[in-house]
Amino acid sequence: MSALLSGTGLVRGYGSTPALRGVDLAIDEGEIVAVTGPSGCGKSTLLHCLAGILRLDAGTVTYREQDIGLWSEAARSRLRRTDFGVLFQFGQLVPELTAVENVALPLLLAGTGRREARQGALGWLDRLGVADLAEQRPGAMSGGQQQRCATARALVTEPRVLFADEPTGALDVLTGEQVLGEIVGVARERGMAVVLVTHETSVAAYADREIALRDGVLDPTGLGLGVTR
Amino acid sequence: MSTAHVLLGLLSGGPRHGYDLKRAHDERLPRAKPLAFGQVYATLGRLERDGFVAEAGQERDGGPDRTSYTITDEGRRHLDTWLSAIEPPAPYVTSELFSKVVVALLAADAGRARDFLVAQRAAHMSRMRELTTAKSAPGASVGDVVAADYSIGHLEADLRWLQTTLARVADLQKEVTS
Ligand SMILES: Nc1ncnc2c1ncn2[C@@H]1O[C@H](COP(=O)(O)OP(=O)(O)OP(=O)(O)O)[C@@H](O)[C@H]1O
Ligand SMILES: [Mg+2]
Repeated sequence: MSALLSGTGLVRGYGSTPALRGVDLAIDEGEIVAVTGPSGCGKSTLLHCLAGILRLDAGTVTYREQDIGLWSEAARSRLRRTDFGVLFQFGQLVPELTAVENVALPLLLAGTGRREARQGALGWLDRLGVADLAEQRPGAMSGGQQQRCATARALVTEPRVLFADEPTGALDVLTGEQVLGEIVGVARERGMAVVLVTHETSVAAYADREIALRDGVLDPTGLGLGVTR
Repeated sequence: MSTAHVLLGLLSGGPRHGYDLKRAHDERLPRAKPLAFGQVYATLGRLERDGFVAEAGQERDGGPDRTSYTITDEGRRHLDTWLSAIEPPAPYVTSELFSKVVVALLAADAGRARDFLVAQRAAHMSRMRELTTAKSAPGASVGDVVAADYSIGHLEADLRWLQTTLARVADLQKEVTS
């Protein structure tokens, strides 16, 4: 059986800065994989490449046996609406929309009816403990509250793969636990795969296994974690 | 770890016999080392000698030793003093991990110390994963979560130390072997 999502020989730089220098990995359905390593080692770049947001300089990303690098931008963007959920380091909610509108947005884009989308969105805001903020705009929320809304928005479409970049970096311990608990719960209930970027060992411990990066390559010993040179 | 104080705490709610105390101890302190019956009776014996507990009666039915014990006023005062006493925050660094790194440098070299740190990190990480899974399991009790949190916090501190020490092994070796 082949993996749900895999990367082979992933290379990506920014100008003359190499960020990924040949990374191979494979993720199965329902698997939670932590991507760890010191600041600047290429974690976010790897996540963006796997999610088809960043173009590769070399290598291939395969999702359900399809090379998504060959797809058009429109096709990849559709894939991100239907199969992928993305949760960035900083919430990135639409500032003009209320919390419930933000969370309902991906459902509306996928063709769900208004009423149903709103109901779905409210359910997820509730699971993440921010139902009382449904009618607030992001500007009136704390960073952690925005992050929980963004988590609801990433999960509302029931993605097959969730890409989460430091999803709890801005949260206190107990709130972070709630967010991770929901993410893990969805992974276990529905076989969602999770790519979880983090530099915290206690967050990495929620994953089934860990992929450590160092200077843009895999570090099989896992030594990269938290050590800066 | 003060088993005597935990037993006194359990007896504050009313008399109990030894078997009952063992069960309550293991239930209230999940992930602590389970109490052996012998230890329960030995501890009760000492508490009785010191006047902190007294025999409260015998149950007729069933098993061999069904003596129940009650906490005395003196026992309550003793427990209160213990609860009010602040524990000294780790006065000495006594860690097997730390000792092993230093001895590895003395007896072998930086490579040996690094190998140990890497292997230890993997073991710590896998234990931390187990505990995290246990505490996020749907049926976990609050006691399970609190017990797991305690261990996770300590493992996390060890892990941070393993990481930073790994980065400092070369410098430490110079110091140790100079
Ligand atoms: N937009 C960009 N332009 C230029 N260089 C970039 C850009 N984004 C990242 N880089 C560089 O690429 C390398 C990898 O960056 P990346 O953001 O993937 O690291 P990271 O592991 O996510 O770090 P952090 O833990 O700090 O978020 C770094 O050297 C970084 O400076
Ligand atoms: Mg990053």
